Amino acid sequence: MSLALLIEQLLNGLQLGVMLFLIAAGLTLIFGVMGLINLAHGSLYMVGAFACASVAAATGSFWIGLVASLAASAAAGALMEITVIRRLYARDHLDQVLATFALILVFSEGTRWLFGSFPLYLDIPPALQGAVALPGGGQYPLYRLAIIGVGVLVAAGLYLLIGRTRLGMRIRAGETDREMIAALGVDIRALYTLVFALGAALAGLAGALVGALQSVQVGMGEPALILAFVVIVIGGIGSIKGALVGAVLVGLVDTMGRFLLPKLLALTLPATQAGPVGAALASMLIYILMALILAFRPSGLFSARS
Amino acid sequence: MRKILAAGAAALVLMAGAAQAEPVKIGVITTLSGGGAGLGIDMRDAFELAVRQSGNGEIELVVEDDAQKPELAVQIAEKMIQSDKVDLMTGIIWSNLAMAVIPNAVAQDIIYLSPNAGPSALAGANCHPNYFNVAYQNDNFHEAMGEYDNKDYKKTFILAPNYPAGKDALTGFKRYYKGDLAGEVYTQVGQTDYAAEIAEIRASGADSVYFFLPGGMGIAFMKQYAQSGVDIPVTGPGFSFSQDVLPAIGDAALGVKNSGTWAKDLDNAANKAFVEAFSKEYGRLPSIYAAQSWDTANLILSALGKASVKDKDAFRAALKEADFASVRGKFKFNRNNHPIQDIYVTEVVKEGDVLTNRIIDTAFTDHGDAYADQCAM
Repeated sequence: MSLALLIEQLLNGLQLGVMLFLIAAGLTLIFGVMGLINLAHGSLYMVGAFACASVAAATGSFWIGLVASLAASAAAGALMEITVIRRLYARDHLDQVLATFALILVFSEGTRWLFGSFPLYLDIPPALQGAVALPGGGQYPLYRLAIIGVGVLVAAGLYLLIGRTRLGMRIRAGETDREMIAALGVDIRALYTLVFALGAALAGLAGALVGALQSVQVGMGEPALILAFVVIVIGGIGSIKGALVGAVLVGLVDTMGRFLLPKLLALTLPATQAGPVGAALASMLIYILMALILAFRPSGLFSARS
Repeated sequence: MRKILAAGAAALVLMAGAAQAEPVKIGVITTLSGGGAGLGIDMRDAFELAVRQSGNGEIELVVEDDAQKPELAVQIAEKMIQSDKVDLMTGIIWSNLAMAVIPNAVAQDIIYLSPNAGPSALAGANCHPNYFNVAYQNDNFHEAMGEYDNKDYKKTFILAPNYPAGKDALTGFKRYYKGDLAGEVYTQVGQTDYAAEIAEIRASGADSVYFFLPGGMGIAFMKQYAQSGVDIPVTGPGFSFSQDVLPAIGDAALGVKNSGTWAKDLDNAANKAFVEAFSKEYGRLPSIYAAQSWDTANLILSALGKASVKDKDAFRAALKEADFASVRGKFKFNRNNHPIQDIYVTEVVKEGDVLTNRIIDTAFTDHGDAYADQCAM
């Protein structure tokens, strides 16, 4: 195993982590502020990918598609909040899960009705095509480096937004005591819609960025959503910092597990078995990690509500 | 005596009439939602079109979506057998779902015809008179590509998802491939990010990559591979480059060689009629899943013309004759009810703006499978 390979795999883990952070940040923000479990968050991710793919196909520009994905997913999020989610804040989590699960079905079938069941084509913009040289003699796709960059920018932006702005102050106040902030004259309904749209836009951004790497198809959101839930459970529900740490942890553990476990097992098992067994174990690894963290820190690494 | 004879003759007349147009219920369990939906929809559309074209108004289809989940497929199968009382079943795309449904269904004396999955576990000692595979045994396409890759490559990196068809795939490839393996990796079913595997390919020193990743998995892999800066040539089975995924992969697939039993340019009358009818009806080119499903429907129709579906023995014998015009040209059943057929090598080409496959070589003629000898039928 060369150093170049190790560096490349670490970057892969980091990139997967950053991707998960974009999805998990919105999810955890919405849970932190509104106390709402939104299963349909993965649908917003899908909306972003489809908006980007269809607008990019129509205009020929990935960048216009990216802007469209932000607009479309934020709009879909705001619409979702105003029409359905708003009625759920006072209900218990089971009602929220049922209603947002129904939204998944509505979004999936709606998208299938609009775009069909076959995957859409979305390519990486020409400026980000190709690979760059890494120290140690390796190469790494420029686009994945750009995703890591976007993730770092979003993390910094969210940190400033929540820590340094008036809006952030209201979000934090909303997390702590929603009755009091409403009594102080803040329009809590508008604040909730705004936070929901912000979370949705982040999910849509992730969908558009990932769509260029993977396939843009109905149902793409749910596997991502499951990982995002693992991330926020590990990081501590409601904590942006927890989402960042949890996402990078999950990204690294998953990637390095897939890479190293079959090799470790090959030392003891015959080669024909080491591959499948290693792959099976690697796919369980992040859930084992989640179980361990739940056992020792039940509220996650950085719980906002401990 | 005359009365008895007359009654007998009347009964015979009735039976003959029944053989032509008795009600037949076919249960179709396939994947219509989620990442694998493209395959199932092609399967369903081709099947429905073939039944419609036959003009046989007595066939009733019960179509259900398995969402690519084995547990759901099992529930649907039970419902179809117990409450819908279907006569035949078909439709399953994925081998892990096939393994969950088929052994149980055929044990309840339901005839199952597979339009796609052909797990090795059901082809050998566990073959069953009620189980007909109209598509292939899972290893077949990969055996063909293993054989063909001997020409160009000496050190191949092989990759497949960790489920029955993935293991059959790499087993089949290795059965005929004589070169060395630079690596053998199993990925998760439904995996969408292949950065870690591509990094290993880059570091492996391979002279080629062979991958079996059907549906969205293959789209993701090819797009990421094209961006990775790795320029090792890839080959694969037709599933990785079939008509349902080519538009989404884009030009990255151009020129890639892959194996299959069918391509749209295969020169026979049945195939020309099929491609034309399917394209006209649905406004897109058919994939191999559509072709196999079309054959499955036509096999059933041919058997319905010969025997009553209620007379299982006669109906099984009629199926086994395989007396239908296959879009794949030659087609007959092996002793284990799996096909004996030709397997071709195709290349991804562009016709105008449309990516599609063109046959460039024949890998095997009248190819059976490695498990038929273990079948006691």
